[in-house]
Amino acid sequence: MKKYWIVIIITVGFCINGFAQTYVTKNGMIRFYSEAPLEKIEAVNRQVNTALLTQTGDFVFKVLMKSFNFEKAMMQEHFNENYLESDKYPEATFLGKITNIKDINFTKEGSYPAIVEGKLTIHGQTQPVKQNGTLEIKNDAVTAKAKFNIFLADYKISIPNTVVNNISKSIEITVEVMMTKLNK
Amino acid sequence: MRKNPWLAFLLLLLLFPLLVPAQEDLLNLLKDQKPLVNYAEATFKTSRIVIGQSIENPAQGNMLFLITHHFGALNTGYENLFGLKQAAIRIGMEYGLTKRLALGFGLNTDRNTWDGFLKYKVLRQKSGGKKFPFSLSLFANTAVYTTKWENPDRKNYFASRMSYCFQVLIARKFGSRVSLQITPSMVHKNLVPTSADHNDIYALGGGGRIKISNHVSINAEYHHIFTGQVVSSKVYDSFSTGVDIETGGHVFQIFLTNSMGENEEGFLANTTGRWGKGDIFLGFNITRIFTIVEPKSFRK
Repeated sequence: MKKYWIVIIITVGFCINGFAQTYVTKNGMIRFYSEAPLEKIEAVNRQVNTALLTQTGDFVFKVLMKSFNFEKAMMQEHFNENYLESDKYPEATFLGKITNIKDINFTKEGSYPAIVEGKLTIHGQTQPVKQNGTLEIKNDAVTAKAKFNIFLADYKISIPNTVVNNISKSIEITVEVMMTKLNK
Repeated sequence: MRKNPWLAFLLLLLLFPLLVPAQEDLLNLLKDQKPLVNYAEATFKTSRIVIGQSIENPAQGNMLFLITHHFGALNTGYENLFGLKQAAIRIGMEYGLTKRLALGFGLNTDRNTWDGFLKYKVLRQKSGGKKFPFSLSLFANTAVYTTKWENPDRKNYFASRMSYCFQVLIARKFGSRVSLQITPSMVHKNLVPTSADHNDIYALGGGGRIKISNHVSINAEYHHIFTGQVVSSKVYDSFSTGVDIETGGHVFQIFLTNSMGENEEGFLANTTGRWGKGDIFLGFNITRIFTIVEPKSFRK
């Protein structure tokens, strides 16, 4: 009887271990784009940190605001200094889940639609978000892609009247992060 | 099972992955090994505190276009529209050659003076992975006035038209709102009016700003000229105060000063106005920045 127990525990345990896999990256990409009548503003961050737990669908992002690179150095300075207040709020985070994680087969290559739900914190303000994206599984790597819009007002980023024609109220965010298995 | 603690231990070990880490724990996974070095950015909004140099350079690959304008003295009365009828203007360009080195030149309506300068960031204030409490830059300029000789009858040398200024700019940003700078200066004039006047003139000054919003700050700047250096004319300390208004691509600086001079030699060694007497000049700087070379980090 005792032997059965051991076999069962070991089998179940290994199965669980086999499923629980963490995918991470430290150089994911987030790009944002603002189109206003007078100015187009675009910035890219290629040092985005993400982690995805395949078992539960837990999905987190950490983004350093000062790692956003702009076409114009002055925009970058204003972004950090006047709008995002990066010294006060150095990072943006997303804590969420892929809610349809059960539909994604991490052992089979392909592109899967993913529904992501969670809390996005930018400029010290937290907002619930729910977005659709895709997960691409290829060569042991998982690439998460999404494109969505956020409103600056939701994150208390105020635009003075003098630049209302330079900065859009709604910013398009493009996410593309390629994660690999975390070596344990 | 109760009889076998090993079995319980094994059970716990193998079921451990079931104890799902919270998202916060997952986030902890992303913690950086080394904290990043955080350089103090935007100690001042532009390359001038009010009339004098600030620690700021245009970013690498950026060209800064600066128009400086001082009206006449306020105490000249209505006939002179309180100074509005006069103007001294300097048109200048500055370029960020590297992250640390900027060069600039300008043309000033005061005796048609051309000036050129270099400004180099030696030390940068930083926090995080590496710490340093202040920024330090070196500034050197040469100015040449190009109007006709004042005494054409005597033998004049081109070098007599030249003056130089050397400054050490030491600044610290205290939090996001307050920045202070100390500026020791030395002006060298190749030709001075009398032999009692010093060729080398030393001044100690400084300035600062307080941000009252993310786009507006109040600035002030003071330069003390040590006595006994300029004898043939009466010169005073320079004091200027104003506001910086940043509107995206431009910075407007509107100020009051007792210095008509717009380059370093002019306001450090040749400030003849006195606040107490109403020799106050209304002035403004308009700064516009152009990106000439896109930063490498942005290119795809």
